[in-house]
Amino acid sequence: MPIDILMPALSPTMEEGTLSKWLKNEGDTVKSGDVIAEIETDKATMEVEAVDEGVIGKLLVAAGTENVKVNTKIAVLLADGESADAVSAEAPKADAETPAAASDAAAGKAREASEETPTAAKVPAQPKIEVAADPDIPAGTEMVSTTVREALRDAMAEEMRRDGDVFVMGEEVAEYQGAYKITQGLLQEFGARRVIDTPITEHGFAGVGVGAAMSGLKPIVEFMTFNFAMQAIDQIINSAAKTLYMSGGQMGAPIVFRGPNGAAARVGAQHSQDYSAWYSQIPGLKVVMPYTAADAKGLLKAAIRDPNPVVFLENEILYGQHFDVPKLDDFVLPIGKARIHRKGKDVTIVSFGIGMTYAVKAVAELEKEGIDVELIDLRTLRPMDLPTVIESVKKTGRLVTVEEGYPQNSVGTEIATRVMQQAFDYLDAPVLTIAGKDVPMPYAANLEKLALPNVDEVIQAVKTVCYK
Amino acid sequence: MAPAKTASTSGRRSAAKSATKNVSKEFTGKNTPDFGKEDELHAYREMLLIRRFEEKAGQLYGMGFIGGFCHLYIGQEAVVVGMQMAQKEGDQVITAYRDHGHMLAAGMTARGVMAELTGRQGGYSRGKGGSMHMFSKEKHFYGGHGIVGAQVSLGTGLAFANSYRGNDSVSVAYFGDGAANQGQVYESFNMAALWKLPIIYIVENNRYAMGTSTARATAQSNYSLRGSGFGIPGIQVDGMDVRAVKAAGEEALAHCRAGKGPIILEMLTYRYRGHSMSDPAKYRTKEEVQKMRSEQDPIEQVRLRVLENGWATEEDLKVIDKDIRDVVSDSADFAQNDPEPDASELYTDILL
Repeated sequence: MPIDILMPALSPTMEEGTLSKWLKNEGDTVKSGDVIAEIETDKATMEVEAVDEGVIGKLLVAAGTENVKVNTKIAVLLADGESADAVSAEAPKADAETPAAASDAAAGKAREASEETPTAAKVPAQPKIEVAADPDIPAGTEMVSTTVREALRDAMAEEMRRDGDVFVMGEEVAEYQGAYKITQGLLQEFGARRVIDTPITEHGFAGVGVGAAMSGLKPIVEFMTFNFAMQAIDQIINSAAKTLYMSGGQMGAPIVFRGPNGAAARVGAQHSQDYSAWYSQIPGLKVVMPYTAADAKGLLKAAIRDPNPVVFLENEILYGQHFDVPKLDDFVLPIGKARIHRKGKDVTIVSFGIGMTYAVKAVAELEKEGIDVELIDLRTLRPMDLPTVIESVKKTGRLVTVEEGYPQNSVGTEIATRVMQQAFDYLDAPVLTIAGKDVPMPYAANLEKLALPNVDEVIQAVKTVCYK
Repeated sequence: MAPAKTASTSGRRSAAKSATKNVSKEFTGKNTPDFGKEDELHAYREMLLIRRFEEKAGQLYGMGFIGGFCHLYIGQEAVVVGMQMAQKEGDQVITAYRDHGHMLAAGMTARGVMAELTGRQGGYSRGKGGSMHMFSKEKHFYGGHGIVGAQVSLGTGLAFANSYRGNDSVSVAYFGDGAANQGQVYESFNMAALWKLPIIYIVENNRYAMGTSTARATAQSNYSLRGSGFGIPGIQVDGMDVRAVKAAGEEALAHCRAGKGPIILEMLTYRYRGHSMSDPAKYRTKEEVQKMRSEQDPIEQVRLRVLENGWATEEDLKVIDKDIRDVVSDSADFAQNDPEPDASELYTDILL
């Protein structure tokens, strides 16, 4: 059968071009790879190569013709023994104005179909994520006062005992026992094969971790702080978060990236950034940011077991704080579920991570003034448990968010937007968002204090939304 | 064409000798045995499949069936085919975005790859990855990556996993002369050498990083030397000669399996087509391309040897050519007629 040579598209956006020159004539024999014509697009002059062997039977579009639409038949290639006469009878006239889609070439149809689909097809509804509630803690369970640091260490140790595919790697995690002592004792228990000191090479070891995870291991990658993970963010987002989707579900990355996030104290602009809003924007990641030791333990264990990449944002200032942790053999909490830290009826505060420290103090002060706050600890930023927030707002009609990160495009502004969209009729006041100031973190003690949120700001915001 | 005596027969000046002198005594890269009939015909078939597949992909791109970026492997076929012939089951392969040849060589089906190029549900990623993002757990192919250099760290992670599990597999991580200038490549070299990870770093030096020639982009254009600061041995290989590639691959794989750590193979190769479909390739002369095609074409080299040795007649080769054309045409028909993914696929495979 004669083979049609069509006007090719030579870039992702090309729709038409000028057939500037034929380099072969009718009757010439060509083989694949031979340049047969030159085409001028808006970007460049491109060569058209033959992709089949044969004899040029007919040139259907004259050299110099402008505005030749992509997929117009421009020539016919004959196989051995075929005649050009048979072709010319059915060949359409070289009409540059004929739109490709009007021809019945399969290609035309394909192009048409794929162009129409996006407008014609309805965008499917985003599936709802069902997350189980926290497990019941049996009555009489002993509660043990534990630091966040110990809780994180215990979570890793328990999961490493449970699953030989779990290992931890990062700077100073082994011999040094962790720059912040989160991995203390792990080297002694699990050995150098599973507790691995890396060189100072975030981009590289994040990629090594993701590669190991793609092959089925379950790495815990510790960043000494998330400030340094900016060197590795390409691997976290482009490799870890997107591979499951890009592989059509064949291959994912069961990996945990963890470490302290946000401001510590007096460490200046480059060591004090909160990345909660950054990571929580990315589909394909789960993002956890616990406040209490119990949540840190239960959620880190869940993160290690999770088949998806999890960004686990800790905070240096919280590491040393004590909280009650239930003494249970296997305490695992659901990722994606907020926790109501304190029930109340007048106003809702939503916070997470270190932000909770301001909220907790503000709530105590406000209680003295007769304002009964419902305080929600989000715990997980992605997937975000918005239903719990909405339910609370339906009851209180007022909402304040508290976080340390930058104010523009913050987690709080996202919550405010979604509450406005989904619970507008329940709001009795505009949502107020308390965040860090819109400045790089200063070093001077007084300025640093000003740059961070404070308890008084939270109290004032609550009073404002309560019109008090 | 005379059989190669050394790893480099391409006529390009080789620095292999000095490289091996610097870093490894036992690693010669000079082990270039002739192929027997079976190997020659296998290589011919495999390389021809990639070439015809890529030509067809170019054609479908021109017809608007394939969108976005499409980077063809034409000219470089001997590299993946020779390496694949040296590898054994379980060895992992990872590469960047000029990946169609790697997938076909790994045994992934022409239909599945072509249907991914056209964004259809029968594609390896159900149409959600495209030309640059395909994977096959079954064939140990780990992508298909669009960020230049990222696959080198990931491939090092695959090698880490082999080492962690104590198995015998080797990770084969491909990257171009362009990616060889990325920082994370050296971060990976350092860790791989430090931990003696079983990985072959393959630099596919096709002379151009998009439109920038190696001479304009790199202070040390002998990429086989790039690991010397870490004690990683490396050699230059004639990447247009499938026998040289296989021989070097075998030696490198043995090195890795013996627990000696990573190794670099610089494949001196050439891409005939532009960087991507929309590249008119004005940064090099037509004569340069024509010279490579007529003097060093990897498929033509094999074809001439097969005919010279009387292992096949022109007619026999025509039968092979036709078989391959049929496989490729079938893949193209499938890729054009298979439906696009269902709209419900928009929200699947984001999280497990």
